[in-house]
Amino acid sequence: MKTVNQMKITIPAMSKNESLARSCIAAFAAQTDPTVEELSDLRSAVCEAVTNSIVHGYRDKSGDITITLKLTDDNCLYIKIADKGCGIEDVEKAMEPLFTTAPEEERAGLGFAVMEAFTDSLKVTSRPGKGTTVIMKKKLTGKYE
Amino acid sequence: MTVEITFGEDFITAFLSGELDHHTAAKARELIDARLERYTPKLCIMDFSRVSFMDSSGIGLILGRQRTAELYGGKVVIKNPSRYAEKIIKLAGLGSMILPEKLKNLSS
Repeated sequence: MKTVNQMKITIPAMSKNESLARSCIAAFAAQTDPTVEELSDLRSAVCEAVTNSIVHGYRDKSGDITITLKLTDDNCLYIKIADKGCGIEDVEKAMEPLFTTAPEEERAGLGFAVMEAFTDSLKVTSRPGKGTTVIMKKKLTGKYE
Repeated sequence: MTVEITFGEDFITAFLSGELDHHTAAKARELIDARLERYTPKLCIMDFSRVSFMDSSGIGLILGRQRTAELYGGKVVIKNPSRYAEKIIKLAGLGSMILPEKLKNLSS
């Protein structure tokens, strides 16, 4: 498969930018004429990943989040969201539904569950002290024109 | 995100409107909790009909208000979620908190 288009943006880890990240994925996906449902799924999945970076990765300290989007000629959208935050000690544990390290902030522990449910594949790599990278893939029904 | 709260006999309704994410949930949480703590209504109806986006922060908001209400014996129900909000609510296992269609008129 060939990459037909890509986009890379870097945003500071501020909660205000959660909506900016959602708008970016929606704008990028728009070129494939996606369904409303696909757009909604993508916006939710990206928002969860970016929120994780802000709340858990940087814990409200400053830092950057890089979002890389790639569209391939088989209509797959690849989303990579990377931070250089504190990282995750135990990725498997963090991915368990309802597990959260921030209950006082009313985090439901469902971020990864939403990403998993709303995309076709999810891969999380992390190194404590170095940061976390989330890669999601979603097959879209529309076509890139 | 804005929250408008109306009062009934034994209940309050919180009409949420706009995009509900981690950033906007904090304000909604404060507004609703202030009313719950002050009026201790038996029922808190969270109306999602005007919510255009929601991620798992919405689940945190619902469960958090449920915890506040439980402190004095109250209860939270979810009204009018969009298809997309409903997907996340059901993923979180909170489908039973959604007000059934036939009971809607009782609390409008």
